[in-house]
Amino acid sequence: MSLVLAGVRYRYAGSRTDALHGIDLEVPSGSVTGLVGPNEAGKSTICLAAAGLAPATIGGHLEGVVSIDGVESSSARPHELAQRCGILFQNPATQLSGTAPTVWEEVAFGPRNLALPGDDVVERVTDALAALGIESLAERDPTRLSGGQAQLVALAGILALRPALVILDEPTSQLDPQGTRMVGEALRRLVRENRTAILVVEHKTALLDQLADRVAVVDQGRLIREGPTDEVLSDPALSEHGVEPPPRVRVRSALAGAGLRTPREADVLIAELTR
Amino acid sequence: MPTGAYRRLNPATKLALALAEAVLALGVRGWSGPLVVIAVCVGVTIAARIARRSVLLVLASIPLLVSIVLVNTFLYPGATDPIVQLGPVRPTWTGLAAAVQATLRVVAFGFSVVVLILTTEPDHLIADLERRGLGRRAAFVVGATLRAIPRTTQRAGQITEAQRARALDTEGRLWRRVRGILPLAGPLVFGALTDVEEQTMALEARAFSAPGRRTVLRVFPDSATQRVVRWAALLGALALLASSIAGVLEAIP
Repeated sequence: MSLVLAGVRYRYAGSRTDALHGIDLEVPSGSVTGLVGPNEAGKSTICLAAAGLAPATIGGHLEGVVSIDGVESSSARPHELAQRCGILFQNPATQLSGTAPTVWEEVAFGPRNLALPGDDVVERVTDALAALGIESLAERDPTRLSGGQAQLVALAGILALRPALVILDEPTSQLDPQGTRMVGEALRRLVRENRTAILVVEHKTALLDQLADRVAVVDQGRLIREGPTDEVLSDPALSEHGVEPPPRVRVRSALAGAGLRTPREADVLIAELTR
Repeated sequence: MPTGAYRRLNPATKLALALAEAVLALGVRGWSGPLVVIAVCVGVTIAARIARRSVLLVLASIPLLVSIVLVNTFLYPGATDPIVQLGPVRPTWTGLAAAVQATLRVVAFGFSVVVLILTTEPDHLIADLERRGLGRRAAFVVGATLRAIPRTTQRAGQITEAQRARALDTEGRLWRRVRGILPLAGPLVFGALTDVEEQTMALEARAFSAPGRRTVLRVFPDSATQRVVRWAALLGALALLASSIAGVLEAIP
């Protein structure tokens, strides 16, 4: 199991109330778990706790167990956790180091921090760029990339540390449809080829519908529901928690509302049309 | 890769020469220091084919130079040798001489900086200094600062577009542009501060706090001659500075 959260409660520094109330969540290797919920539900806080950044980097108080790739985050230092778990935030601009003249050197930033031998750094950068299919960007200036490209470069920078778990906090929120598609395809490839475990916060349920194996619903700092993607995203109660069902589910509901049955072939057709 | 003999020098050599020139320009009394530095820098800019760009950059200091000339010429304390009496104001020869000397110092210093900037890639300089033991935090601060300009410009452009979309007039006459600065500066500064926390976490997620020295990937050509030049330039400049302060160089104009 790449990520285990057991009874996690977290309170931000200076706050009087808990942001998370006893979260239990597991993300197995080679799988994608989606996190959905309304704004301020605690999704990003779960990401920070899961990555070991809360409380190690941002302070606050955490109870419960966060285990990343078999190691409890409370017993590991940030740079040790970085090799087990990578985290990507929404804004590509803040993910890049801002010190590298080329994409290649930007991706090498993490491995260089670990003081790895030069050959290892080269190998890791080459692999990370290849894993996301962005080798052609290697010589580009990181500040002159599109949003989708910058997000992929930031993800490559994380992958170069070879973590078993990757956490993505709304990675496509600032991307156009093409950028979203690029990130989605890259994540699929990552799971398929590297058996990486992925926890992704995403408002675009259409993307989760195609990407995630399981989905967890969070509201007011509590895990409301967790299960297979199709089951959770088809739940009519989803909208009560501020989550828009994916187009496939909405079309199916509309057909059902009009008295039309949706046999399996129709489901496949709907999935194709809404992809 | 850079072409030309001066550009091909090791980045640390060019930094040492620039530092030595700056010390000579600003620290050594009299006319000789700034004049020698200007002569050397002009020679380098011609050899490195950056003379035109260098002059343009040095010209950016004109507002500062004008203020230096005016303040010194008209308000030099204790000067009693008037050039001419213009009503209540009285420019003096002593003040004018001090103004010209100060102007030469600023121009010489400006040239030393400009030569370094135009002949050295900032990334090369940081990489070389890192290899020589510059700490990762110091290297990051310098590198991020040098590369912050395009990012800030891009962000300012985005904010300006957003403000224009809300009917804020940021073009046209000067006062309109000035009026548009506040709505631009606020989001720019606060946005940058908000980004800091996320950037800090992103750095932690990339093992920035790992112990030890970072891997060095680029090694720039160096030589025994350049090592000698570096030490000679720095020590020579410091010796001249010390001599100047001690009053040993009175014979040199």
